[in-house]
Amino acid sequence: MTRSDRALTRRDALGLAAAGAAALVIAPGTAEATPERVAAEIKKLFGDRKPIPGKIKLELPSIAENGLVVPLGFEIESPMTEKDFVKSAYFFAEGNPNIEVAAFHFSVMSPKAAAQIRIRLAKTQDIIAVAEMSNGEVYTAKKEVKVTIGGCGG
Amino acid sequence: MSGPTPTPRVRMPSTAKAGEVIEVKTLISHDMESGQRKDAAGQPIPRKIIKEFKATFNGKDVLRVDWHPAVSANPYQSFFVRVPETGTFVFTWTDDDGSVYKAEQKVTVG
Repeated sequence: MTRSDRALTRRDALGLAAAGAAALVIAPGTAEATPERVAAEIKKLFGDRKPIPGKIKLELPSIAENGLVVPLGFEIESPMTEKDFVKSAYFFAEGNPNIEVAAFHFSVMSPKAAAQIRIRLAKTQDIIAVAEMSNGEVYTAKKEVKVTIGGCGG
Repeated sequence: MSGPTPTPRVRMPSTAKAGEVIEVKTLISHDMESGQRKDAAGQPIPRKIIKEFKATFNGKDVLRVDWHPAVSANPYQSFFVRVPETGTFVFTWTDDDGSVYKAEQKVTVG
């Protein structure tokens, strides 16, 4: 799929240039996300189940020159059988105007709990991943991304 | 600011061995307007994003993903599926305005 990948990348690049220009007029005083808001959201989702660090391989660049398109990949350790699987994986951005990024809901048809997407980051911040297993256990991972040019939020 | 109709693209093999794990790569053209930006006149540009991506195989759920405004424009997503038998994968992207964009891929096992 090399040829069409290249075409898409080129078109993306054009779109980004336009979006970058628009990013300059972002409103000041936009509500800021914080680690506390992420913690509150995780508590809302899982109640008293405290996320345990581990099981999630979170792939993000250490430095993102362009916050508008930051590749995010993950893989969660699990046999992915009918009895033992990853139910959901949530991703949060502590420094975006909206803390929520994406939530994946897997099924028995999912052979592994892994995926890749591209996200926007407003500034340098920690990305938090939280995975809920079929047995109720909750795991978490976190990675900092240094952002050179902000992704204009949310 | 409503652009052209979003065009989905899906890359995956059209044949597989029974039970084989294959990677699916998807892309759709969409501004994913976050609702955080202002136009040249200082007016907020309303949010308009694709809020859900879903994959099914022969009518059964495979993967559902909630997208928030932090997902980049022209959203790309790759993931893995198992192909138990010959059948059809259906991929749908649901817009804030209720529009549903759809792509299908038949996979033959043999």
